[in-house]
Amino acid sequence: MIEIRGVRKRFGDIEILKGIDLDVHKGELLCLLGASGSGKSTLLQCINALEPIQGGSIKVDGVDVHDRRTNLNQLRQKLGIVFQQFNAFPHLTALENVALAPRLVGGKSRAEARELAQKHLEHVGLGIKSGLLPSRLSGGQQQRLAIARALAMKPSYMLFDEVTSALDPELVGEVLDTMRLLRSEGMTMVVVTHDIAFARHSSDRVAFLQSGQVCEVGTVDEVLINPSNEHTQRFLRREQRA
Amino acid sequence: MQFVLSAPGLHWSDGWFLLQGALNTLWVTAVAGTFGTLAGCVLGWMRQRSIALRVLTTPYIDVVRSVPLVIQLVLANSFLSLAGFTFDTFWLCVMVLSSSMAVVTSEVVRAGLASVPANFCRSARSLGMSGLQEFIHISAPLALRTSFAAWVGLLLGLAKDSALVSVVGYVEYMKSSQILITRTNEALPLLMGVGLFYFVICYPVSRLSVALERRMAL
Repeated sequence: MIEIRGVRKRFGDIEILKGIDLDVHKGELLCLLGASGSGKSTLLQCINALEPIQGGSIKVDGVDVHDRRTNLNQLRQKLGIVFQQFNAFPHLTALENVALAPRLVGGKSRAEARELAQKHLEHVGLGIKSGLLPSRLSGGQQQRLAIARALAMKPSYMLFDEVTSALDPELVGEVLDTMRLLRSEGMTMVVVTHDIAFARHSSDRVAFLQSGQVCEVGTVDEVLINPSNEHTQRFLRREQRA
Repeated sequence: MQFVLSAPGLHWSDGWFLLQGALNTLWVTAVAGTFGTLAGCVLGWMRQRSIALRVLTTPYIDVVRSVPLVIQLVLANSFLSLAGFTFDTFWLCVMVLSSSMAVVTSEVVRAGLASVPANFCRSARSLGMSGLQEFIHISAPLALRTSFAAWVGLLLGLAKDSALVSVVGYVEYMKSSQILITRTNEALPLLMGVGLFYFVICYPVSRLSVALERRMAL
């Protein structure tokens, strides 16, 4: 379980997160919606301490992420994250991309790591591409590679930061399919997205963020079908028109 | 009355003398290139990592980059003699050439590291890699790819710059051929030979670097 309590985050003078309270339960898919600049992505990066916070606390399975005594390299293995930019390491083949962290961080042998990597690549449908450099893969394939790479660390949670926003429209489907596959396997997921349709059909709960605060959180019915908050209503009307 | 030099023309024995000069050139380049590159990598990494270290090392970098190498050699030689240090000429040359190579290399290394997109580092850290693991497996190999060609250029420059060390009395290839020119007046063939020698050294290096670059291509 991820417990977010009163989290505040500033970049210089600008306060991005103004006291966020949110829980992520084991086994659920939570979608974070909100306009650009509402702080969704920042919140996600605070969860695995890629960004420091200035107030509040975030606990993952009871471990305080932003405590100085926390071993972050260990904690981050629990939290897979996939970014908007695919960030596949360009000098490594698909297989090496996935095998690197299990070998370095997970302490697996070279052969074990390669075997594990091949298994995860096949899982996301990239088994035959394992010997290629990322430059030979399409955007959608690179993004699935990034998902396989995160999964190879056997995380308990997966964080998705607008993973389809940088993709050509025809490539979005394959990435969403991979995410639905994970969902069907019971992975706990936090998904930052602009894709209302995906949020409506795949999430257990939806949280709507507006200028650094959680406006509304609840089931798909509560937040997307019958929103009570006026910001949410306005956002949904705008998205539907677009 | 007439002075007769004992051996005015070129002799086969002069070949040995030239070969020694050539070997001296290669040796001083190899040693200074190695030390300079290692020091340059460390210096470049420090300057990329910490603003304080960058500010602290800037005067040294600026001076070494802006003062001609000939002057650095003469000054280093004079100051060290005045200060009472007795250095082997070879090591004096290595010191000055390494310091110059280190400075230019450090800028290439710094630029290479700066060119690695921060996103790759974040991704690596998000997988649980430590800062050092990330540097060794992600940042350093990517920086190498962008700086390699520039570094080869520096190394070839060093090979040619090493001709300057004769001003402090180290007899490398250029100097040994000048000595022979003075004696024999055979300037043209000797200088053509010298030019050919530098070409023979540098050309394979640049070919090799092209091949390596192709292998590292992304």
